[in-house]
Amino acid sequence: MGSSVIEIIPAQGKDKGKEGEEAKAPVVVARAVYEHPYVVRLCHWINAVALFVMVGSGLQIFRAFPSFGAKIPQKDLLHWPKAFAIGGWLGGALQWHLTFMWIYIATGVLYLGYQLFSGNYWQVLFVPRDIPGVWPMVKHYFFFGPKPPVREAYNPLQKHAYTTAIGLGVLSVLTGLAVWKPIQFSWLAWLMGGFHYARIWHFAVMSAILFFVLGHLVMVVLHGWNNFVSMLTGWKKDPGYFVPGDVAPEAEEDQGEHGPSGRPEVVP
Amino acid sequence: MNNSARKVDEKEFRRVSRRELLKLMPVLALGAFAIPKWQEDLLKKGLHFNDQASAGLFRPGHLATTFDAADLTPPPKFPINGYDVDDPGVDLENWTLTVSGAVKKPGEYRLSQVLALPRVRQNTRHICVEGWDVIGRFGGARLSDFLQLVGADPRARFITVNCADDYYESLDMATALHPQTLLCYEMYEQPLTRQHGAPLRLQIPTKIGYKQAKYLTELKVTHVLDRVGYWEDQGYAWFYGL
Repeated sequence: MGSSVIEIIPAQGKDKGKEGEEAKAPVVVARAVYEHPYVVRLCHWINAVALFVMVGSGLQIFRAFPSFGAKIPQKDLLHWPKAFAIGGWLGGALQWHLTFMWIYIATGVLYLGYQLFSGNYWQVLFVPRDIPGVWPMVKHYFFFGPKPPVREAYNPLQKHAYTTAIGLGVLSVLTGLAVWKPIQFSWLAWLMGGFHYARIWHFAVMSAILFFVLGHLVMVVLHGWNNFVSMLTGWKKDPGYFVPGDVAPEAEEDQGEHGPSGRPEVVP
Repeated sequence: MNNSARKVDEKEFRRVSRRELLKLMPVLALGAFAIPKWQEDLLKKGLHFNDQASAGLFRPGHLATTFDAADLTPPPKFPINGYDVDDPGVDLENWTLTVSGAVKKPGEYRLSQVLALPRVRQNTRHICVEGWDVIGRFGGARLSDFLQLVGADPRARFITVNCADDYYESLDMATALHPQTLLCYEMYEQPLTRQHGAPLRLQIPTKIGYKQAKYLTELKVTHVLDRVGYWEDQGYAWFYGL
């Protein structure tokens, strides 16, 4: 593995005319951190497509019986517009749902497996020491509070959101399995109160995921270009923090275990 | 600990970024599902894979949950679902079940011969592909007992049925031999009503609703499936085990 930090210097012409002192200490114009390993990025984008299909086809399936009560008498909960559904009809939607669920599960397993075995999960996992940092972030995002210093790839509120979203993803699969195979996975269905309630849980988890996705997209639009690019290339330019172990030597002295906070110096 | 970060120039950084971006190309493979020419075939393959997984997950000895009498859906609230007519006008007096295929004793079987087999009554959940579910009390003979009566070849892979309303269905042998799979002739301890499929229907707690064919007229034991099922031919899954 190479360094996870790159210092970007101005492009050099091919002429090797100047071989003076400047060549030895080039001006660093920006810094970039390798934030997202390949497997994480791959899973993120496959999952984005799979989730889109699962929700769209799921809502078309729901249109066949848009209720959580009895069949007789049937009280509809909501009439989801067909324009925002995938599959066209119940059978078509089931084909999409039952096909893409394998892609959805496969990316989930690959992602979780990779995060666990690589140790990269520390980047995203919300742990007790993140708790004190949540409220300052909430104040910043929602109540115009000052921006807390950036210490790592994700702030505590982000970690909380992503950890929750990953948990919801696992729950969407478990509730889905209980709806799909309430007899073979009878223990799952039992945990959820039987098939009837498993269907309700499945819908509730989907709703919670949609809520997350909405917030996620809003944050990307608001100040996410750098984050968006890093989820595509892995590299985040001007991340606003140093990676522990890759810190510039002169900054190491006065900082704690998380490395220095604040923006990196542009000129050494 | 690496205190000296790698230095690259802007051009090189753009090249590295582009290479990393291109590594995400496999995601575009999902776009195949958006191509109209391929879509139907891909989804059919997906459904087939799903069916194989369903068959693999089926456990012959694992029973469907049964319920107390208090959990039963009252008979008036048990939906009547037919694909064509509620009552195809079966002549109940002269009704017979035509048995054919890989059996030692093919021919016409009367309802009394089914009634003579040990009767099973069970409170099980009926789940419709639309998403609703009810719990009913079903009574009948085990299909496995009937298959033994007619001398069915146990190596045959499928059971197919035809119905008085031209509905048709098919079943894998493992599910046909499941102890809760019934040739059902009563609901709520009353003879099957015409709307619910009199005189004989399939009741398979381990399968989705549309597999529970009503108004049975023909039953065939076969090694090769010539017709799959009415809803399956419209694009629904064949195995659809619960």
